[in-house]
Amino acid sequence: MALTQNLQSPQLYLQSLSRWRPAEIAFWLATLLPFVLAPNYLSLASQIAIAALFALSLDLILGYAGIVSLGHAAFFGIGAYSAGLISRFGWGEPLTGLLLSTLAAGLVGYATSFIIARFRHLALIMLTLGFGLLLAELANSAGWLTGGIDGLQGIHTWRLLGLFNFGLFGTTAYAYALAVLFFVFLGTRRLIHSPFGLALRGIRENWVRMSAIGAPNRAHIRTIYTIAAALAGIAGALLAQTTETVSLDSLGFERSAEVLVMLVLGGAGRLYGGLVGATIFMVARDQFSGIAPEYWYFWIGILLIFVVILLPNGVLGGLPNLIARWRRP
Amino acid sequence: MLSPVVGVLFDGFAYGMLLFLLSVGQSVTLGLMNFINLAHCAFAMLGGYVTVTLVNGHGWPFFAALPCAFIVSAVTSIGFERALYRRLYRASDLDQVLLTIGITFTAVAVAAYIFTTAQQPLQLPSYLRQSVEVLGLRLAIYRLILIAISLIITCVLVAALEHTRFGAQIRAAVDNERMARGLGIDVDRTFAITFALGSGLAGLGGGLAIEIVGLDPSFAFTYLVYVLIVVSVGGLGSIRGTFAAAAVLGISDIAGKYYVPQLGAFLIYLVMISLLMWRPTGLFGRR
Amino acid sequence: MSAPALSARGLQKSFGSLVVARDIELALPVGARYALIGPNGAGKTTLINLMTGILAPNAGQILLGDEDITALMPQERVQRGIARTFQINTLFPGLNALEAVTLAVAERRGLTRRFWQNVADNKEAIDEAHDILVKLQLDDCCYQPTRELPYGRQRLLEIALALATRPKVLLLDEPAAGVPQDESADIFEAVAGLSRDLALLFVEHDMHVVFRFASHIIVMVAGAMYTEGSPAEVAAHPGVRDVYLGTRKHG
Repeated sequence: MALTQNLQSPQLYLQSLSRWRPAEIAFWLATLLPFVLAPNYLSLASQIAIAALFALSLDLILGYAGIVSLGHAAFFGIGAYSAGLISRFGWGEPLTGLLLSTLAAGLVGYATSFIIARFRHLALIMLTLGFGLLLAELANSAGWLTGGIDGLQGIHTWRLLGLFNFGLFGTTAYAYALAVLFFVFLGTRRLIHSPFGLALRGIRENWVRMSAIGAPNRAHIRTIYTIAAALAGIAGALLAQTTETVSLDSLGFERSAEVLVMLVLGGAGRLYGGLVGATIFMVARDQFSGIAPEYWYFWIGILLIFVVILLPNGVLGGLPNLIARWRRP
Repeated sequence: MLSPVVGVLFDGFAYGMLLFLLSVGQSVTLGLMNFINLAHCAFAMLGGYVTVTLVNGHGWPFFAALPCAFIVSAVTSIGFERALYRRLYRASDLDQVLLTIGITFTAVAVAAYIFTTAQQPLQLPSYLRQSVEVLGLRLAIYRLILIAISLIITCVLVAALEHTRFGAQIRAAVDNERMARGLGIDVDRTFAITFALGSGLAGLGGGLAIEIVGLDPSFAFTYLVYVLIVVSVGGLGSIRGTFAAAAVLGISDIAGKYYVPQLGAFLIYLVMISLLMWRPTGLFGRR
Repeated sequence: MSAPALSARGLQKSFGSLVVARDIELALPVGARYALIGPNGAGKTTLINLMTGILAPNAGQILLGDEDITALMPQERVQRGIARTFQINTLFPGLNALEAVTLAVAERRGLTRRFWQNVADNKEAIDEAHDILVKLQLDDCCYQPTRELPYGRQRLLEIALALATRPKVLLLDEPAAGVPQDESADIFEAVAGLSRDLALLFVEHDMHVVFRFASHIIVMVAGAMYTEGSPAEVAAHPGVRDVYLGTRKHG
């Protein structure tokens, strides 16, 4: 006779999947350490926070919905250029600028999502690549707007909340970027544990089965693609506001490839994968910044081969003692 | 009046033939097993550097170096296939993308280390640099030879596909992989051989490309994009489709750069996106 | 007479010159227990794919009750009440059974539009999912990832997912295929326990199962309807014997 479960258990079990784990709390507390332990590295820290946010946005479509995008930097770039342009035309208030840039990226994401959702496999990869390249070409040609190769000049970010100046030490920048990252992360975490998040995992696990249970796959993909685009836009806007520069490489293929590497390094579909991967990647890049680009790409290449063959689930998936306790969120 | 148009068509078609050589291997291997190989143009780049080394460094005649480029690329690809690719035949799109991008990054870095990032000029015999007068038009000899080589190879490929047993195995596996395995066709081996041949052809294309578009480490990524466009637009697994798409894209690109230079590469991406939306499996594709 | 739960009229489907469905006429009444049999390659799974919308017919109509669903997408048909199981397990390997069935229930209830609320807060949906699992005796393994479940349990999960959509018509494609003898009893019990409101069409090769559960048998050969009738009629039909019943039973 089958074991009968207490009717409360299924619900409690599902609740337990979304409980905050001690490791997570430790992680977020650790993000405060740079203020105390490495005050000279705060601008690097804010770059890491921005990269982490960008990787998180890619995780939503790649790790959770299974869309391989080689052009996600398009939305990062749209966010960056929007924030830059808003500031250049006189409005440098960071929070509203952030909001407007997010909206811009989200709108473009929404528009392209109708096309993206209709395709899979190679055609999809090509379309994402094509859009990214197209946008980069457009930005290059529209030098009168984007500043072309020289980049966008004349960005000045006003005081945050009217109180905190974006000074040379990067304290405000890191606090700002970290706070935005944290709040976005909270929202993303809720989304992943929601019924919609479950549906995304279903799409990733088995597209055909999702249709067979009546799920509107394309509508779900449009939604998450729009959200991911908006979040990538937030990251781009943060970059523009904290560094007060925007250049063409914020949209280029290299940036799309980099964020993919960061996410895969940390482990896609695990919420923290992008954050961990971005941290490792950016720290490594900073440490090896004296080395010529050729060497850097050599090691990235080797790393990718290594990760795919030996560590298919990235750093988070590979750490054996964490696997048992770290259920896939 | 007429002459520039014909000139553009000729150059465009020659460029298209180059794209064909670079892409045909990718199209067939993708059609065979849906294996996304983004390192394809790294093999082309290898062929290019082999040609440069033999011709410039060792004084080999150009036409003796080209078969070497083919062989070196083909053999190297066999090594990679055995060691790495074989494990990912049934892996996800993402894993294939990542592995092959990784190989390409590594190859580009190695090329930059050995050859620096400068363009490699090729020391060709002077007759190859001249033009010949045909029906009142000046046509570059090099491009004529490029077209001739490509057309010969196309005929050989089509004949092999239609009239040999191995060709029949390829066609069966492209059409329906599961069925082909069920009939006893060793699809993995078919893929390995086709992959070697395709990489060899890419290497040949890389050698031939130097005179037309130059050679530096960025070749591996720049032409990857063009190859992927040709393959997606032409249809996976179709030699005819690859030929047509390569010709159309070659002519469009040259015509675009001649007539509307400010649009740059913009036009090609737009054409690709539009064509893919109309026909996701390509003009001649099956899946 | 009320309209049949599911009907097909003049369904045609060909791939180039290969005809896989030839002028199919089918009427499945409410509460039916119909079996679809025929040799391999007869087009049984193709027919199911046509009815569920995975394949679009070249001609013909499909009606769910009174409603013409021929032009509808697969997920729209599921929303209107037709569900199926797959001959080869088509499940969510990384989700556990509870998550999978809850997902199906949530989709039906339109809960998947909500991205602000925890899955665990939807008590009614979870309870409904759990009830289905209990009914199919899957509740003791419902916290394990699907890929770790024994094959027979996975086949039951196929049925659970279909039931979670509260279908009016259920198409089962070889529900017991490949299941070892000691586990197949569970599957038949599950099938036997299905509600009498549900119109059931199942594809089977095992004649014992067919004769035990079916009130009506349809025989398909080479993409066309060969004959149909009560089990006794079909068993006595000389042509059927030659075409099909003479072959060995599949394990």
